[in-house]
Amino acid sequence: MKFIDPDTDIGGLLHKFPVTNHSAIVAARSDDEIIRRRAFDTILNSYWKPVYKYVRLKWQASNEDAKDLTQGFFANAFEKNHFASYDAAKASFQTFLRTCLDGFVANERKAGQRLKRGGDMDHYQLDFAAAEDELAAHETASTLTPEEFFHREWVRSMFTIAVEAFRQRCIESGRLVHFQIFERYDLNDDNVSYASLANEFGLDVSTVNNYLAAARRDFRRIVLEKMRDVK
Amino acid sequence: MTWLSDDKLDHLLDIVGSKYAFVKELGRGGMGTVYLAEDRELDRHVAIKVLNAADVADGLRERMMREAQIIARLEHPGIVPVHDAGTLPDGRIFYAMKFVRGSRLDEYAAQGASLRDRLRKFQAVCDAVAFAHAHGVIHRDLKPQNIMIGSFGEVLVMDWGVAKIRDDPSQSAVLNTSDGTVIGTRHYMSPEQARGEVDIDERSDIYSLGAVLKFLLSDQKVSKPAKAIYSKAMSQTPADRYASASELSADIGLLLDGEPVSAYRENALEKAGRWIGKNRFLVLLVLAYLLMRIFLIFTARR
Repeated sequence: MKFIDPDTDIGGLLHKFPVTNHSAIVAARSDDEIIRRRAFDTILNSYWKPVYKYVRLKWQASNEDAKDLTQGFFANAFEKNHFASYDAAKASFQTFLRTCLDGFVANERKAGQRLKRGGDMDHYQLDFAAAEDELAAHETASTLTPEEFFHREWVRSMFTIAVEAFRQRCIESGRLVHFQIFERYDLNDDNVSYASLANEFGLDVSTVNNYLAAARRDFRRIVLEKMRDVK
Repeated sequence: MTWLSDDKLDHLLDIVGSKYAFVKELGRGGMGTVYLAEDRELDRHVAIKVLNAADVADGLRERMMREAQIIARLEHPGIVPVHDAGTLPDGRIFYAMKFVRGSRLDEYAAQGASLRDRLRKFQAVCDAVAFAHAHGVIHRDLKPQNIMIGSFGEVLVMDWGVAKIRDDPSQSAVLNTSDGTVIGTRHYMSPEQARGEVDIDERSDIYSLGAVLKFLLSDQKVSKPAKAIYSKAMSQTPADRYASASELSADIGLLLDGEPVSAYRENALEKAGRWIGKNRFLVLLVLAYLLMRIFLIFTARR
C-alpha cells in the first residue's frame, strides 16, 4: 500500500506551493454564482466518493444513511458557501473538508434525525451503488486510520477521474491507440508483454514502447493538473 | 468508469509519483550512485546522483546536499549544471544534473586527439577551475576521469563530491577531514593533500591540473616549455606553483600561440628556433626569395 508522501520533493503531487488562481477551491469563493457552481461541481466530482466511503467506515453509517449524509453535506456546503471559508495557511483543503464533514455528521447525529436530502443535489448522478461495490472490494481499508483511508480514497478518485480525462483527450486528439496500450499494460489485470501488444495492435515493439512512455507522460500531467485543482 | 484496485492504484502511483524514471546505472562511488534517468516533466535525460542508503550518518547526507549546492552555485559552461535536488520517497538524498553525452578526458586522449586539441581542452579545464576558485571552491579531486568532453566539444568538470569551500567554518565537519583523512585520488593529489593537511588551498588544485596536463602529454612529443608548465604546476612546494589556474591557463595560451611561457627561460638558440617555428611561412617566403635571387645571379653570370 502506498501514499504519495506529502513531504517528498520528488513525489511532487502534494507540494506546498500556493494554490493557483485556476484552482476550483479559489473559484469556490467567487461572487459569481456560475463560477461558484462550476467550482463546486469539480470539488463534488473529486470528493463525493471519499466522503461517502469515509462516512460508511468512520461513522459506521448504513448505506442509506451514508448516501443521505453525503448529499446533505455537499448541499449544505454549497448553500452556505462553506468552501469559501477555507484558509490555505491553516490546513490542506482535504483536511478542511474532512473536518467540516465530521462536524456535519456529528451535528446530524446529535439532532437524531435522518433527513432525506435531495434539494440541490437531485440533478447529480452520484453512483452510490458503484461506491458501495468498491467499498466491498477494498483490501486496505482495515489497516488504515479513517484519515488515511479518506486520503487514499481521494487519491483513488483523482486517478479514476484522470484515467477518464486521459481517455477523452486521446479520443479527441486521434490517439486512441495510446490510451488502449496504456489501458492494456497499466490498467488491466492480465500481464501483457510489449511483444504481445505489438502483435495485437499491429505495431513494432519499439513503437509500443514509445507510445506507452508518451501515454504515461500525458497521464501524469493530467493527474497533476486534476490534483492541483482540488487540493 | 474504470475501477482501480489497490494494486492498480499502487502501480499508477509508481508511474506518476516520481518526476524521474530510472533508465540505467551510470556509475557507482563510495558516497552515491549515478543513474541515467528520464525527466518525465521535461522529457529529457538527466544524470541523478543518489546517496547509497537513506539511513546514513548526517554528515554524509549533508555532504551530498553540499555537493549539489556547490555545483549549483558555480554557474559556468565548464561546470556540469545541477537541475534539481531533494529526497526520494524512500528517504535517500539525490540531485539531478545535466546528462553529459561524450567521453571522459582519458578516453578522449586515447582516441588520438591532437596535441593542440588536448591543450585547448586543458585550457578550458583551467578556466572552469579558475572560476570555481574565484568563488571560493577548491575541487580537491581533479583527474582525467572527472572531466568530460561533451558531444559538442565542450569541457565539463564533474564530481565535486569532496570539494572544499574556502573560509567556511562548517567545512571541516561536513567533509570530516579535520582529522586529516586523505580524500582525493593519489596519483593526481598534491603532496600536502596526500599528507592529509587540512589547510590546503587553490594551489593544491593547481598541482592536480599539472598532473592532468602531464597525463595528457604523456604519449605526445612534448616541447621543453610544455614540460616546464606541468613541472611548475606540480612543484612540491605550493609557493613555487602557479599562483592561480588563470595563470596556468595563460601559459597554455602562450604555448599554443608559440609565445614564450612564464615557466621556461629560453636560451638564444631556442628563442630563434621558436621564432622560426612561429613564423614558418615568412621564413619559407624569405628563403624562397633568397634562393630565387641566387639562382638569378647565377644564371645571369653564365
